[in-house]
Amino acid sequence: MKQNTIKIYLAIAILTLAYCSKKITSRTDNIPALNPASNDINAGTWKTILLKRPDTFAVASPLLVTNVNYVAELNEIKGLQKNLSKEQDENIKYWAAGGVLRWNEIMRELVAKYNLPPYQNPDGTYPIPSSANPFAYPLFPFANPPYAARAYAYITAAQYDALVACWYYKKLYSRPAPYITDANIVAKIPSTTLPSYPSEAAVLAGVTAEMMKLLFPTEIGAIQLKAQAHEDAAIMSGSATRSDIAAGESLGRQIAQAFIARARTDNAGKAVGTPADWANFETSTAAKGEIPWISQDNPKRPGMLPLFGKVIPFLFDTATTRALVPPPPPLTSSDQMKKETAEVYSYTSNPTLENKQLVLFWGDGVGTYTPPGHWNAIAAEDFIPKNLSEVKWARNLALLNMSLMDAGIVCWNTKYTYYNPRPSQLNTAIKTLTGLPNFPSYISGHSTFSGAASTILGYLNPERAAVYTQMAADASKSRLVGGLHYRSDCEIGIKVGNSVGQYAVDRAKLDGAN
Amino acid sequence: MLFSFTSSYAQTDQDAIMMNKNLFCTGLNYSYSSWNKYWEGTNLRDNLNIGTISTNQISVMGNYGIKDNLNILFNAPFISNKASMGVLHPASGIQDFSTWIKWMPIETSLKNGTFSLYLLGGASVPMTDYIVDYLPLSIGLKSSTVSGRLLLDYQVGKFFVTGSETYSIRGNTKLERNSYYTTSLFLTNEVSMPNVNTISLRTGYRSSVLIAEAIITDMKTLGGFDITKNNMPFPSNRMNATTIAANIKYEIQKVSGLALVGGASHVIAGRNVGQSTGFYGGFFYILDFSKKKEKKTTSDNSSTQNK
Repeated sequence: MKQNTIKIYLAIAILTLAYCSKKITSRTDNIPALNPASNDINAGTWKTILLKRPDTFAVASPLLVTNVNYVAELNEIKGLQKNLSKEQDENIKYWAAGGVLRWNEIMRELVAKYNLPPYQNPDGTYPIPSSANPFAYPLFPFANPPYAARAYAYITAAQYDALVACWYYKKLYSRPAPYITDANIVAKIPSTTLPSYPSEAAVLAGVTAEMMKLLFPTEIGAIQLKAQAHEDAAIMSGSATRSDIAAGESLGRQIAQAFIARARTDNAGKAVGTPADWANFETSTAAKGEIPWISQDNPKRPGMLPLFGKVIPFLFDTATTRALVPPPPPLTSSDQMKKETAEVYSYTSNPTLENKQLVLFWGDGVGTYTPPGHWNAIAAEDFIPKNLSEVKWARNLALLNMSLMDAGIVCWNTKYTYYNPRPSQLNTAIKTLTGLPNFPSYISGHSTFSGAASTILGYLNPERAAVYTQMAADASKSRLVGGLHYRSDCEIGIKVGNSVGQYAVDRAKLDGAN
Repeated sequence: MLFSFTSSYAQTDQDAIMMNKNLFCTGLNYSYSSWNKYWEGTNLRDNLNIGTISTNQISVMGNYGIKDNLNILFNAPFISNKASMGVLHPASGIQDFSTWIKWMPIETSLKNGTFSLYLLGGASVPMTDYIVDYLPLSIGLKSSTVSGRLLLDYQVGKFFVTGSETYSIRGNTKLERNSYYTTSLFLTNEVSMPNVNTISLRTGYRSSVLIAEAIITDMKTLGGFDITKNNMPFPSNRMNATTIAANIKYEIQKVSGLALVGGASHVIAGRNVGQSTGFYGGFFYILDFSKKKEKKTTSDNSSTQNK
């Protein structure tokens, strides 16, 4: 009897655990379809980033809605809508949440996938990923924080310019959505009076796929499938016809070329530097009487993208980059530096559980979407309930990511100007609570990124400004208590980041989107 | 089920030995294991940024005889991990409480020996809020599990062979961060943990005084993904390990109820785990809670001996 009871108990326990869902749901898996509070119908007048004019790239006027060829396009939609599969319905639902949002998530996924430092050569040197040979190990790119910040910035900035142009033509041609023209076409996403030519979905698919060729060349095939899925969703949902899509994709791909041309000449290609550059940082720092940073990777690895500080920023010029570089850190032999090193040791010698959790929450290290990606996630999840138009979404994320990239530039310029050692270099008893990044200490990258992000997000979403400030403070603190940075690195990093973010705020005030 | 294996093969949930009714066997076990190579997917490599990862573990164990053929067991470990090179902070703490119910429904003569069949059901839960997203140094994966095990034993004279298969259903674990990438991006802190199947064979000498045995264990994670090149390990990696071990249990004749255990183990093949080598030692003591103070004999802890 007792034995039977035990058997039954066991069976129940096993079945419970087996069936109590192992399925993982991401926070944005089941969000409702984007239903913009405003169409921002005048967004074609908003200030573009690289385009001189919204109509720099021409879009031919569309066929009349009574044209027989257009009627055929409407028939295509009606035919598709008769036989939608479960997968096609799910695809519509996925993209309905917002194209800018979904492409942002895809970018974050790629960054996480490619954020892997190359394994060393047998002789202890390190191979450098090559865009000319991206499929050979080490895979191109190594999507580390500076690389990721720049990738996010280029893609979102290009998306923004492309959507401004898209909106310009939408208003100019005012072709209504298929479900408005034809009562037999079902609007499978919230209906809107926003004109459908050219399709914003196709503009986004085109501009993003084109940018990805440059930034994630090994993923072109997978990206192309997603671009196709995005366009299919637009057609099957009844919101765009074949010609809306064709015009949009072409416009997006052309506008991307302007950004690709800029990217090829923004100095990022030279950011790895040369062995002579690497040696020079060390000797020139030592010549000043300071202890130079030394890689604590084993074998020693050249510092990450040492010349990234020379990349041309989006929000200001390179002279401003230099002006934003803060004064030097405390001298490595100073009492102040000894005090700050001792403070780091005090946090890490017996770390609290709370601090360990904070460090891992903000770690954003190898294999993650990096601190800029983390701030994209924060921003995106806060924008979801705001019911922004696609063009407003793109504008907000472009402002965020331009400030993150430029914060990275100023931060990296600072790091390689002072070449300051990490706390664990000055005191080898300091053990870190997460992986130690392979570049100089002053100033903290997390703090600079977070200072910039919290400033621009506080402007874009004022009711959460205090929350963003607190998040930035937490991210910054995590690097101090995690043993990765001195207090000076963190506090000055936040301030520098705030200054960079202010450039984005200044731009936002005048871009016509308010 | 860890990146670093510190299995103790003296655990009585894995052997064909029962406590008689009202006897409580308790013990302490210490183990040390280390590895300086690990399988990154299927590629065995070293990593000069961690050097050697070493694990010290102390476990408290217990086994109570509800009936002669029905026992309840528990185990509670303290684990400490550290790296010999690099800058990563060590990790230590109390890990997961595990418990088993062990039932022997069949024990019968077969040819020249004795055949017995055991069914075990087990569960484990994390006892503390230790950090999980810190492999290979985190002390556990912080996943609650439910396991079932079929164990068969055949003994002829003093020689025996035991085979078992264990299926463990692992509950989701939670990371300290709120997004992660496996083979796709997840925007949540919750991680689905693949289940694990383990087959074990042990054979050797078993008398009332001495047990000496050799063990081979093959653990397979049923799903999960490989660590990509130069990436960090992750809780839901496909962690497989084939381990060989030797184990000795000796009953001290002068002190009734006291037994010493010791052994060694080595991972001979694996995937997404450390190639660890370990040693362990400990003692067990039997307390008699029966109302009539029956004479306690050393044969009490071997069911095949006292029937």
